[in-house]
Amino acid sequence: MIHAQNLRKTFGDFLAVDDLSLRVERGEVLGFLGPNGAGKSTTMKMLTGYLLPDAGQITIGDVDIAVSPRRAQSLIGYLPEGAPAWPEMTARAFLQFIAQIRKLSGKQADQALSRAITITELQPVLDQPIETLSKGFRRRVGLAQAILHDPAILIMDEPTDGLDPNQKFHVREAIREMAENKAIIISTHILEEVDAICSRAMIIDHGQVVANGTPHSLAAQSMYHGAVTVTLNATHAEPVRLALREWTEVSHFEEMARGDEMSITVFPVATKSTDLLNRIQTQDGWAVNSVSLELGRLDDVFRRLTHSGATSDMGLADQ
Amino acid sequence: MSYLLAITRREFSSYFASPMASVFILVFLLAIGLTTFSIGNWYEAEQADLSLFFFFHPWVYLFFLPAISMRLWAEERRNGSIELLLTLPIPLSLIILGKFLAAWAVAGLALALSFPIWLTVNYLGSPDNGVILASYVGSLFMAGGYLALGSALSAITRNQIIAFILTVLVCFAFTVAGLPMVLDVFRIFLPDMLTETLASLSFLSHFQAIKSGVIDARDVVFFASVIFIGLTITGVIIDLKKGQGA
Repeated sequence: MIHAQNLRKTFGDFLAVDDLSLRVERGEVLGFLGPNGAGKSTTMKMLTGYLLPDAGQITIGDVDIAVSPRRAQSLIGYLPEGAPAWPEMTARAFLQFIAQIRKLSGKQADQALSRAITITELQPVLDQPIETLSKGFRRRVGLAQAILHDPAILIMDEPTDGLDPNQKFHVREAIREMAENKAIIISTHILEEVDAICSRAMIIDHGQVVANGTPHSLAAQSMYHGAVTVTLNATHAEPVRLALREWTEVSHFEEMARGDEMSITVFPVATKSTDLLNRIQTQDGWAVNSVSLELGRLDDVFRRLTHSGATSDMGLADQ
Repeated sequence: MSYLLAITRREFSSYFASPMASVFILVFLLAIGLTTFSIGNWYEAEQADLSLFFFFHPWVYLFFLPAISMRLWAEERRNGSIELLLTLPIPLSLIILGKFLAAWAVAGLALALSFPIWLTVNYLGSPDNGVILASYVGSLFMAGGYLALGSALSAITRNQIIAFILTVLVCFAFTVAGLPMVLDVFRIFLPDMLTETLASLSFLSHFQAIKSGVIDARDVVFFASVIFIGLTITGVIIDLKKGQGA
């Protein structure tokens, strides 16, 4: 549904997007990750026709956006960064205006408004000017305008930024429900969001794709993948440390204290994760609170891939 | 057409969402009344016509219309809604035209609200209402010219004050271009042909012709051309700024 090939965009001497390609099909939610200035928003602006790429091609549905930008834009629901709107309008008037622009009228418009308002839970603030709304409500107004025409493609720049945990939960639920019959791209800084709603994640840095895969496959590239984490009271840690230093299955271990409790992450020598897990679980005399096998940490992968100069040796990009 | 109507209506109502446009209109009416009656000594002139009233229009417009046009694009840039607007499936030309028409409608409303002076002059004497109507039409077209220039200059910046100042300066240049004292200065270093071209760009001289009661196609075409060029430049600036990510 969304197909971008070899996109390139420069602003003066600054290369914002460099030979970036992506493809998102119906039913997929692509999480777009990257540090500030990596090119996420620029890519989204190109995908929605706000910016023209210097090179490359974008197809939305079966429409080349360079040839028929309006047709392509009619297929897209877009939540720009910061969820901009016209602050003096009430949420209702704003959504009614968007309905007009989306060619919705009469009963069809009423149904679309009702659906978007229900999903984003905007009912209590509908007749308030947008400038008087909290950041969370403003974001939801932006989300409502993006989904109003039930688009086949949704592109959202940080859709849960500024929402409280309950609101985040609702918005994620809504995205998950809509994902079945839409192609969705969201950019986010919140890595837990990727796990929560994305079927695929793409990490970009310096305008290039440095990783692309399912959240699990990316997390598995983490140094923590296969490590065993033990939590225990700090006063009980010394015998564990002594034992771990002797074990041949252990490559090294890291400790992290949180008040009285501490966690020890134990890194096995190659391919010995399950042996190590079994041995720890069956160890007598250790007063541990929990033992778990690490599937990997996306934040670790993110840090290593987007840390200057560290991208080339990870070999994660599959495009 | 429905796009154009939706954009114009939204923009027009946004002018009145705060008291600002109402205040501007009030100030316009006060200024035009003050200049006509106080500076122009309308009563002492003892002429039952509105030539004095229209004489001051370009000068009052110089400040009133940039105040109306300054927000057209600068505000969109400042609050980021330009990105939303330009990613909706509406041709840019209709967005530009719709916003311009809304600003023009505000100017038209202000002009229409000056009707008490028309009633007064009809009460006091027997003016040539044809000339008055032509003057109103001319004034409205001239306002369109100022607003189109203001639209282009508003597209340059996200700061409304900068947009206002730039528009006042540019509109001032277009207004005084035809004044003899200005042309005399240009004649010193410009060939006659260029000086005449400069004079032909003057809002004052084109408005002067219309307010004498003759709506000449050339004057109407002049203001229509200024509007067209101003709006076209607006589109070019928006496209250029988009390329720079602004």
